[in-house]
Amino acid sequence: MMTDTDVAVHDASGSPKPPTVPDARRRRSLPWWAVPAVLLVVALSLPFSTLYVPGLFHGALNSPSTLHLLALCLIFGGLATSYDLLYGRVGLLSFGHALYFACGAYAAALLMSVLNLSLLWSALIAVVGGTLLALVLGAVSLRVNGIALAMVTLAFAEAGSILVSRDPGRWTGGEEGLALNTETIPAAFVGVVNTVNLYWVAVGYVVVVLAVVWWLAGTPVGRVWQGIRANEQRVAVLGINPYPYKLVAFTAGGGLASLGGVAYLLVNGGVTPGITTAEFTLTLLVMVALGGAGTRWGPLLGAALYTYAENRLLQSGGTFDALPAWIEAPLSQPLFVLGTLFVLMVFFFPGGMVALPGRIRSALGDRRAESARKVDDS
Amino acid sequence: MSTIVLLIITGLGLGALYFLIASGLSLIFGLMDVLNFAHGAFLAIGAYGTWWAAGHLPGAGPAGAGFLLAVVFGVAAGTLAAVLVELCVIRPLYGRHREQILATVGLSLAVPALIQAIWGADPLTFPRPELVSGTLPFLGVNVPKDRYLLILAAIAVFVALWLFNSRTRYGLIVRAGVQDRAMVTALGIDVRKSFTLVFAIGGAAAALAGSLGGLYFGVVTPTQGMSLLIFAFIVVVIGGTTSLTGCAIASMTVGLIQQFANYYTVAGLGDIAVVAVLAVVLLTRQGGLTAKKSAERVA
Repeated sequence: MMTDTDVAVHDASGSPKPPTVPDARRRRSLPWWAVPAVLLVVALSLPFSTLYVPGLFHGALNSPSTLHLLALCLIFGGLATSYDLLYGRVGLLSFGHALYFACGAYAAALLMSVLNLSLLWSALIAVVGGTLLALVLGAVSLRVNGIALAMVTLAFAEAGSILVSRDPGRWTGGEEGLALNTETIPAAFVGVVNTVNLYWVAVGYVVVVLAVVWWLAGTPVGRVWQGIRANEQRVAVLGINPYPYKLVAFTAGGGLASLGGVAYLLVNGGVTPGITTAEFTLTLLVMVALGGAGTRWGPLLGAALYTYAENRLLQSGGTFDALPAWIEAPLSQPLFVLGTLFVLMVFFFPGGMVALPGRIRSALGDRRAESARKVDDS
Repeated sequence: MSTIVLLIITGLGLGALYFLIASGLSLIFGLMDVLNFAHGAFLAIGAYGTWWAAGHLPGAGPAGAGFLLAVVFGVAAGTLAAVLVELCVIRPLYGRHREQILATVGLSLAVPALIQAIWGADPLTFPRPELVSGTLPFLGVNVPKDRYLLILAAIAVFVALWLFNSRTRYGLIVRAGVQDRAMVTALGIDVRKSFTLVFAIGGAAAALAGSLGGLYFGVVTPTQGMSLLIFAFIVVVIGGTTSLTGCAIASMTVGLIQQFANYYTVAGLGDIAVVAVLAVVLLTRQGGLTAKKSAERVA
């Protein structure tokens, strides 16, 4: 039912080799690690820059508010990449990813505030717990396929969301959420002055997620995932049982998400039930599709842009005041703007932002590349 | 004893609400393989349409026949929204199920935000006509009247859908399309026309659920649709997509389990019990109940 045989898989390999796109000749001169290395250096040097970018950020690049926004963008980027491990790489449509993210954040917060465990132990237990939860729930939900899987994962996540917001055991703080217990975490993570350390945490999280996802996609397991995404039945006919491979992806994605939950807890200084809801998973899906599902940079890019846009649209309350009220009111709702943009994007830019340069190139009439790609595909 | 009767009636009322949402959802899903996240938006449009009409539409009002007109207006608004969504968003994406789901996800985020932009995020008090305010005794128990209304509305929708399915030509095409869409197309019938039809039916039922849900909860909020939609998804998985009766039974079961568990254990546990039932169904019936079985066609 959901086999996307017509989906082009050549851009989804994620292997270290350059993809077979028309401009492969140009890229082949660079080693595969060049782009990640340059980006990492840029990310690591940002806190030392006092550059002021007018219009883009409120303060200088190393001001706490800018660093906090960047850290949030990076954490959601890593989270979206972990979601893309399921959605883009294996083709599993899960609507329960928020559960594992929230599990990491809430478990770590509870371990620190109730049991007074240190940050390291809390993080470790929370991530292991989140991974095990993903393993168990994945084992149950992966018994069904396609849309039924989407509904089942959604239901599990909703159960978690209700548990957190109704708070039957008086633990999770209900709608109020939980604040970070500042006594058990190292002093380097407390206070506005130390925002830069939180930024390092976010950079570290993104590096871990990208490394794990890219490495997994390059292994033989990743090759099977690629096959499952293209046509699951054919993989089964070839004698490979897709179930364990899908479970590996589900568990790895859940584990990385719960690690992201711990990082989010630190950066945000607490958790609220907002991150447990189905809407949160839907925004993850929007981020991934916005950037480009199944690509190396797409989810990170889409999530960073989404988080940035949502924060800026919320802050820029006065920007649309000049407009009539009936235009101004909807535009001041970030979800309305983002949801509408997303629908338009599904129509006009399938493949996300990562696919844009290629589309623009082909639209400019690069016939040779177009015909070369056709030969490549056939 | 009186508690049990009250819980049964209330559970059936909640189940009726789920049935109104899930019946359209399962028709759409069964025929078009589209998991319609925008269904919650139709519900919100129906609820806010009724609320707005009760206060502003000439001839409509918060009581008596005026309220009936308000409900008709809300249902019409929901139906119109559903038809527009099908024609403008779903139709250009035929054959691309992923994109269709993504587009409805976008709508499910945008429409409640739009409603919130117009009427605010705070719950709005829903009008309550004389006829359904207060209680009516049943087996010696005072049961709120809106519960009866919900159950009656669900029965009416069930009968109407059943008659449509079994007695009309379009119902036949829809039923055949749910079973084997390719075969219907091969027989020379344009099954796409019935896509718009099931969207209209689903939208109308969801909008009615929105109006009646406003009575049930007493208030309307922009995000009400989403939380109800998730339980409707559970109903669709448990009940399967091929049978209207299955959908009705699953709705009632889910509503009853939720009410009883919420009352006799901690509040909130009933919602989780429903998810546990879902897990049990999935574990005991491998492949889930949504697997299309041609022989099990009931209505």
